[in-house]
Amino acid sequence: MRREWIHAGLLLAPALVLLFAFTHLPAIQTVIDSFFSTARGRRPSVFVGLANYERLLGDAIFMRAMVNNAIYAAITIPVSIGLALAMALFVQRRIAGRAFLRMAYFTPTVLPLIAVANIWLFFFLPGFGLFEQLRSLIGLSPRNWVGSPDSALYAVMMVTIWNQAGFFMIFYLAALQTIPDSLREAAAIEGTPRWVFFRRVIWPLLMPTTLFLSVNATINAFRMIDHVFVMTQGGPNNASMLLLYYIYEQGFRFWDSAYAATLTVVMVVILAIVGIGQFFLMDRRVHYK
Amino acid sequence: MTRLMKTRLLAAASIFASAAMLPASASAVDLEFYFPVAVGGDAAGIIERMTSAYMEENPGVNINAIYTGSYADTTTRAITAARGGNAPQLAILLSVDMFALIDEDIILPWDDFVTEAEQESWIGGFYDSFMANSQTGGQTWGIPFQRSTPVMYYNKEAFAAAGLDPETPPATWDELVEIGQQLTLRDANGNVTQWGVRIPSSGFPSWLFTGLVASNGQDGLANDAGTEVYFDTPEVIGALEYLVSLASEHEIMAPGILDWGATPRAFMDGESAIAWTTTGNLTNIRNNAPFDFGVAMLPANVRRGAPTGGGNFYLFEGSSDEQLQAAVDFVKWATAPEQAASWSIDTGYVAPRADTWETDAMRAYAEEVPGALVARDQLAYAVPELSTFEGPRITQIMNDAIAAAIVGDMTPAEAMAAAQNQADAVLAAYR
Repeated sequence: MRREWIHAGLLLAPALVLLFAFTHLPAIQTVIDSFFSTARGRRPSVFVGLANYERLLGDAIFMRAMVNNAIYAAITIPVSIGLALAMALFVQRRIAGRAFLRMAYFTPTVLPLIAVANIWLFFFLPGFGLFEQLRSLIGLSPRNWVGSPDSALYAVMMVTIWNQAGFFMIFYLAALQTIPDSLREAAAIEGTPRWVFFRRVIWPLLMPTTLFLSVNATINAFRMIDHVFVMTQGGPNNASMLLLYYIYEQGFRFWDSAYAATLTVVMVVILAIVGIGQFFLMDRRVHYK
Repeated sequence: MTRLMKTRLLAAASIFASAAMLPASASAVDLEFYFPVAVGGDAAGIIERMTSAYMEENPGVNINAIYTGSYADTTTRAITAARGGNAPQLAILLSVDMFALIDEDIILPWDDFVTEAEQESWIGGFYDSFMANSQTGGQTWGIPFQRSTPVMYYNKEAFAAAGLDPETPPATWDELVEIGQQLTLRDANGNVTQWGVRIPSSGFPSWLFTGLVASNGQDGLANDAGTEVYFDTPEVIGALEYLVSLASEHEIMAPGILDWGATPRAFMDGESAIAWTTTGNLTNIRNNAPFDFGVAMLPANVRRGAPTGGGNFYLFEGSSDEQLQAAVDFVKWATAPEQAASWSIDTGYVAPRADTWETDAMRAYAEEVPGALVARDQLAYAVPELSTFEGPRITQIMNDAIAAAIVGDMTPAEAMAAAQNQADAVLAAYR
């Protein structure tokens, strides 16, 4: 019996050590750092209590980033998931060129986001970008998509959705394959309309996948910012500033590691609440087999 | 078969040879040197060739030149390495990072490593406008190397097509508007097919903006000590009003934020007939523009003016005196006329010393590419780039304010007043 415990401990040790060294310790360190001032070469770090958190409340750019991130999440999550489901339903059917279509939908996910963002930046360029050329064909006046505060955030969202919808589609496709054909045949015999069949049978059976994807999409909404670096750098005038980009800016451009730690604590708290909430709220409506 | 054998033998021999040489180089001085690449072209390859040429001449020194990405990446890496007690001896970082590096307490002044005569002959030989961002508190913290200044590129064919003289680029703000209006072409629907001018406003808008401020009569945006900024003066507000008016009032520039990186492309594709960008793009545009183009100084208002920009050599704390002296010797060599000339010709950066421009190679180049001379002559009117303590943060405040005015969130006066307040709050700790 004791031998088994030792074995179990030894087997767990590598994972535990890595988890503590690279996840838990830094997280705790971050919380501690958020109560201190940033050390500069000539001024050591001192305990400042909640000063960093007070600063946060008065920081207009932080507020802007929070609002932007909320809009960003509220749009990218449902749209990516909806699009993924639509694409999965479409390419699941027996249609000509199915393999090609599936591949085409999945390709955006394989490309690195930085490269994707550079390509999209040229699509969006005013005057000679792809969208502009399409618009000029139908006689519309040019628009500066990433350079105007009212469209910059949406331009960034578009790239996110385009990039992650294909990835989510794969999960829906896999889930759809597991739904037995007999259900569809039974519904057909009963004369169930297709929409009712989708709403009453397929959608509930896809619920675990939808939950998984919505957790993922939420994390992505806070985590994927590579394209912000390339496309807008949070501009114009912070119109496309997202929380993680702001953390990067404070931490690695302004070298204000204490304030960056404070912002990180906020982000971790938000993600924890969202993650826990999703599991508890949606758990009731999810049918696991 | 025999060929393969031969290559293998050769490879084996060379491994053996380098192994045999190891003991000799073990006593050599090892130097680590971080460098960024910020413009197109083969800058990385050029640096490699430069260091290996130096090592051939000086067998006692072994330089490990490490390419570290963009300027921002290189600064991040150098500061992180220095905080971890593992600093390189040398790095090329933005000249405006000087105050941040002093504040971090990780760089050394060069003065302790040069003789009094060299103070005069070497450090004194750089153009004053480049030294403005390299010295503070009576000490020299940076040695100018990959330095640049913005210039105005203009499309001579577009000038001719609009009935303008291709040899007379706009020299004043008013002329820029006037000529810009003639260069702005619209189709039957009223959509613009060619803009008059493009002054990019993403990336580092404060840099080009400093040029407008200088032409409007103010020497830069901060004091030499890096503790005061002058954002809300009439000169600055006037410069911002002019920049905003190009798009809003005169309609000779595209509205909104214009991308920095796409600017050479926009110019070469004919989207804009005049573009402001760094001299570092000269080689790129010269090789790729399908039309004849000209290079001119930034236009004047009350006087001519332009900022300097680019990177300096910095010397890092935390190495033996022997290593530091070797590092200084290498930098002396790299900035000597011959080396600096070939560096400038290969990359398009402005040679930072007068003696470099007197070399034969540089003279031949200037004859072939008169645009290079424009950059040098503009140095006479140059002012320092915005550089303060907490530099990136202050620059970001300025950039946000410029963007806010361009997109119409605030008027130029409101934006600059807000920027002044925010910057004062940050800099209060350093006064």
